[in-house]
This record gives sequence, structure tokens and C-alpha cells, in this order.
Amino acid sequence: MCPLCGALLAEHWSDADGAGARRGRVLRTRMVRRVLAGFGVTLSDWGGTAYVLHDGKGRAEVVHDLTTLWSEAERLAGRPLDPLDPALVAALRRSDG
Amino acid sequence: MADRLGVVLVTGFLGSGKTTLISGLLAHPAMGETAVLVNELGEVAIDHHLVRQVDERTVVLGSGCICCTLRGDLQDELRDLLARRARGELAPFRRVVVETTGLADPAPVLSTLLGEPLLRHHYAVEAVVTTVDAVSGSQTLDRHPESVKQAAVADTLLVTKADTAAPADVAALEARLRALNPVAPVRRVAFGAIAPGDLLRGRTRDVPAAALADRDDAVAGPGHGRHAGDVRAFTLVLDEPLDWDAFAVWLTMLLHSRGLDVLRVKGLLDVGAAGPVVLDGVQHVVHRPRHLEAWPDDDHRSRIVFITRGIEREAVLASLEAFAALGRTARATPTGGRSA
Repeated sequence: MCPLCGALLAEHWSDADGAGARRGRVLRTRMVRRVLAGFGVTLSDWGGTAYVLHDGKGRAEVVHDLTTLWSEAERLAGRPLDPLDPALVAALRRSDG
Repeated sequence: MADRLGVVLVTGFLGSGKTTLISGLLAHPAMGETAVLVNELGEVAIDHHLVRQVDERTVVLGSGCICCTLRGDLQDELRDLLARRARGELAPFRRVVVETTGLADPAPVLSTLLGEPLLRHHYAVEAVVTTVDAVSGSQTLDRHPESVKQAAVADTLLVTKADTAAPADVAALEARLRALNPVAPVRRVAFGAIAPGDLLRGRTRDVPAAALADRDDAVAGPGHGRHAGDVRAFTLVLDEPLDWDAFAVWLTMLLHSRGLDVLRVKGLLDVGAAGPVVLDGVQHVVHRPRHLEAWPDDDHRSRIVFITRGIEREAVLASLEAFAALGRTARATPTGGRSA
């Protein structure tokens, strides 16, 4: 396969709503940062083309979509990331209260 | 989808009539220009007088159908079909029917089709058809978790051999299948006699509104067999339009964490547009969402059916609501502001 194919054909289901993609990335970055706040991991948008995860030990990982993001964030956090975890749900509610 | 080759996945437990179904489909005039990947060529009932042998594992039928034995890895076979088609060794088929083995978990097959960039570029999943034996189907669902998954991923459920089972048993099995997978129509088929169009509309068909009625049913669990696990089918009905970005963040995290136990997620989403977005996912894999121009009925609320194992409706709803609130906060923050 052409080495470019992976990049050219890469699409993630969550990118289906093309309208306002730039704004969407900003919003997603904000939300993910909020979710990861209690796990010692943070996220930044890298030029509108990728995301970068950082932990408190100076480690960083570049990811291109939300699915990969959660896997890498969990690895950096060193513990499971579960959106059904009542403690996480309660923390998100408090932060939005 | 229009320029990609359709893939119809035929799955179902051992002896549930997959090969008979495929034999029936191959005999139908509308099935020309179709390539079929089966487990054993010899088991497919084809008229050998109307067959041209291409090589030891491939035949071309009089209808123009191509029939191949699935020898190795599905990914390699699908790439090989493309290559042989491009070289002119095979007729320019428009669709591929893939028969899985009876014990197969269909989720990795879908993952292959939707996750591998080359295959995703050339193929699109057109329908997932699951055969269920009317006589032994209920027992199979009790004893074999794979069969529950096979039923959960279906776009159409076909009850086979209904003529050999007691009518009350068939009706009970059909009711169980409807509860297990509310988004798949349940049909009876005898000797593989079914019009291809009834199956091939599969995923392109709108989600039937009745399937999205508010529900929360335990459909396989201790009462239905100790190996099937605590499987539930439930619907979330949301009054407010969904924030697509918040939903994407939430669902990707949910499938990352609990994908193995989310056997199916399918629904219509109100994202504030004129028509809904159709969502369809199987475990860790989500089909590319489709925007419909209009709603299929007067109910314009988001309705999402989940078929889960060991996950309760209340936990999913509470989590989704927390992420929706997160989305509202994110939108309320001025651009350029700090959000962490």
C-alpha cells in the first residue's frame, strides 16, 4: 500500500460532521481536558491536525483521533478511564455545577 | 457507498442454514455480479453444468456470480479479490457476500472491514444477516455467547427451518430475538428462498421507529442460560438535541473502556439539523454516521438502542448527561479562554 494511503484515507467516525470542524476540535479539547483533569494528564491541540497528550512526568504522545486518544491517555494515566465510573460522573457534575 | 463494493456478511451458529441461504441467493437472478466467499465450496448447492472453474478454489456461475472458498484471513481474501478483479481474472463484481464460520464472533470481521484503510476505501458493509435455527436457536442462545453476539450485530435476523419446529416455539424464539435486537427485522425463511432485496437494503434502510421505542429489557442472563451473560437491550430517548462533539467524546471513551460489552449501539440522533444522524456501532467499531434529509416519523427526539452485557441503562444515561453538561460548559467558554 502506498505509504500515503494511511494518512489520506484516515477518517474517524466522529469527524462525520464536517461543519465547524475547527470549532469542534476546540470544544473537544476542552471537554477531554476536563475529563482528564483528575488523572494527571492534559491535552492540547496541535495545529488543528493532531492532539498531544502530556503527563506530569514530561511524557507526551501525539494522537490523531479520539479513539487513539483514550488508549494513550489511559496508558499515561496508569489507570482505567471509564466514563461510567460513578466517581468520574460525580466529578464532572461538580465541575459543571 | 455508491462507488464502493458492498459487503453482505452472513453469520449464524453452526447448522443454522448459512450455506443454504447463500445457495438460495446465488440462484436468484438479481445476484449476478456478486462474489461469494464461503467456507466450503462443495457445500454450496450450485448447478455444476453452469459453472466455469477459474482455479482450484474459484468458480464463476452462469449468472455471473463468483464463488470462492474462504481459505485464509478475510482481509487477505478481500484484497486478493480486488487484485484479481483489477487484473481482469474475475468479472467486475459489485458486491461480496461473506459467510463467517458458525463459531465466529462477527465483531472482528466488521472491525477488519471498517478499520483497515485499504478495505474501507474499496468496500462498504451493506448488510449483516444472521441465521437462527428455529429448532435449536433458543438453546443455542442459552448456551453460546457467540450466538447472542451474532444476533445482536444483525441488520436482519432470519429464522430458518421454521416448518420443522412447533409454531409456539417459533413464535417464542422470534419474540426473544426481537427483544434481544430491537433494530433488526425478524423474518422466516425456508430453504434459502428469500428475495435478495429484502436483505440487501440492510443498513441503508432507516431505523424502524417502532424499534426505537423506550425500553429496558433483560434479554439474556441467568434466566436464559448461565453462559449468555447479563445482556440487556434498552433505549435512551433524549428530549434535547445532542451536542455532536460532546457525544463523540463520550461514545469514543465508552467504547474504549466498555466496547467489549457494548454489543450494539444504533439510533437516530437529533444534532439540530433538518434530519437525524444514523448511528450504528458494534463493540469498538462504529460505522460512518449518515445524515438523513428528513426524520422517518413525527418523533424528532434522539433515540439510541444499546445492547449491552453487564451495563445498566441508568449508568449509561447518567454518564451521557454528565458529558452533555460538559459540552454546554465548553460552548459557554469564550474562544481562547482556558478550560481546564
